[in-house]
Amino acid sequence: MITEQETHPLDDLLRVDRIPHIWCPTCGLGIVLNSFLTAVRESGIPREDIVVVSGIGCTGRAAGYVNLDSFHTTHGRALPFATGLKLGNPRLKVVVISGDGDLVAIGGNHLIHTARRNMDMTVVCVNNFNYAMTGGQFGPTTPKGARLTTAPYGSYEHPFNIPFLVDSCGATYVARWTVLHIRQLTESIKEALVHPGFSFIEVISPCPTVYGRRNQLGSGLDIVKYYRDNSIVRNDIDTRECEIEYQGKIIVGRFVQKRKPTYLETMNEYLRQSVGEGFVPYQGPMDDGD
Amino acid sequence: MKLWRKPLDSDEKKPPQGRVHILIERCKGCGFCITYCPKDVLESSPDFNRRGYHPPVVVHPERCVNCGLCTIICAEFAIWTTPVEEPQPQPQT
Ligand SMILES: Cc1ncc(C[n+]2csc(CCOP(=O)(O)OP(=O)(O)O)c2C)c(N)n1
Ligand code: SF4
Ligand code: SF4
Ligand code: SF4
Repeated sequence: MITEQETHPLDDLLRVDRIPHIWCPTCGLGIVLNSFLTAVRESGIPREDIVVVSGIGCTGRAAGYVNLDSFHTTHGRALPFATGLKLGNPRLKVVVISGDGDLVAIGGNHLIHTARRNMDMTVVCVNNFNYAMTGGQFGPTTPKGARLTTAPYGSYEHPFNIPFLVDSCGATYVARWTVLHIRQLTESIKEALVHPGFSFIEVISPCPTVYGRRNQLGSGLDIVKYYRDNSIVRNDIDTRECEIEYQGKIIVGRFVQKRKPTYLETMNEYLRQSVGEGFVPYQGPMDDGD
Repeated sequence: MKLWRKPLDSDEKKPPQGRVHILIERCKGCGFCITYCPKDVLESSPDFNRRGYHPPVVVHPERCVNCGLCTIICAEFAIWTTPVEEPQPQPQT
C-alpha cells in the first residue's frame, strides 16, 4: 500500500531533524516560532536574505530550529552581533528572536543603543516575565508581586515597560501582542520585516513550567485564557500607558509606526556631505554578485 | 452557525471547507487547537501517542472551514489544513 508522506507546510523552514523542540507542552514559544515562520513565508522575502539571531535562554533556542541562516550568540549579545551582520551586509533582513532576560536585562545596554541608532532590524522579544531556562529567577520584567525562585515572597522591584523603553530610545516600530493574538502577531512581524529601521515586537508568552507553576496560574492553556479575558487592543497609544501589572489588564496593539532615517541612511548622508560627492556608500558584498 | 439574515448569494457561495491533517507523533497535547477551533472540529483523543500525549482527533470533519487557526496556533507544527473543493460526506452513523 502506498501511504501519503505528510509534511507540514512550514517544514522546509524548520530544521525538522531537531523537532520535537525542547519547549514544554503549552509553552508559548513554539507558537511564536510558528507565527514568525508563517510571516516569513507570507512576506515573500527570499529565505537567503533572512538571518535569525538569538541570545541564550529558552527563547534563544529559536535560532536553532529555523532552516534559515541563524546564529545562537552569547547571553545578552544578540543585538550587537546582529548589528555587525547588518553593517557587514546591509541587504540582509536581520531578525533577533530572544527572551526578555536576554534582551532587556543582561542585554539592556545594547537594546537602548540599537534603538537609539534606529538600526535597521526586527526584534521579537518574548516576555515570559522570568528567566525560565535557569529555573525561574525574577528579572526586570517581573511584575510587582509575582513570585519566583529568587522572590519567594513576590518581587517588589519596579519592572520595565518595554514598549516605552524602546520607544523613548528611538525605535520606529513598536508593537505588543500575546501569543493568543496570533494573527495580529503574524501581521506585525510581516510589517516589521519590511519596516526600515528598528522594529520591536514584545510577545507576552506563557511559561507554565516556571512562572506559571510558582504563581499557581495553571497550564499554558489556562494562562492564555487569562490573556483572552484581560487583553485590550489599543493601537497608537502613548507607550507610557501600557505598563503591565501582576495579573492585571494587558494592553496590546501596534503602538508606534513612523519613518526616521536608519543608522545606515544617516551615516551615508552625513559622510556624503562631509566627505563630498566622491563618497561611495557601502552596498555590501552581495550586491557585487559575490 | 445561526444567520440573522440569509446572505443574498448563499445559493452560489458555500463556506470554504478544509481537510485536517495531524502528525500525531509530533503533538504534545497542549490543547490549543482543540480549544480555539471556532467550529469545534477537534476533540482530545483518549489514546496516547508514543510520547504519552493525547493528540487531537477530528470529530466533525464537515464543520472545518479551513480558517487555518489550528495550523498557526500549534506550537509543534503538528496540525494543518488543506482546502477541499467538494463538500465532505456527512459521517456515517
Ligand atoms: C554570561 C551569562 N550569564 C548568565 C547565563 C545563564 N543564563 C542562561 S539563560 C539565562 C536567562 C534567560 O532568560 P530569558 O532571556 O528571559 O529567556 P527565557 O529562558 O525566559 O526564554 C541566564 C541568566 C549565561 N548563559 N551567560
Ligand atoms: S521553562 Fe517555560 S519558557 Fe522554557 S520551555 Fe518550559 S514553559 Fe517554555
Ligand atoms: S482550519 Fe479552522 S475550522 Fe478547521 S479545524 Fe482548524 S481551526 Fe477548526
Ligand atoms: S495545537 Fe498542536 S501540539 Fe497542541 S494539541 Fe493541537 S496538534 Fe497537539
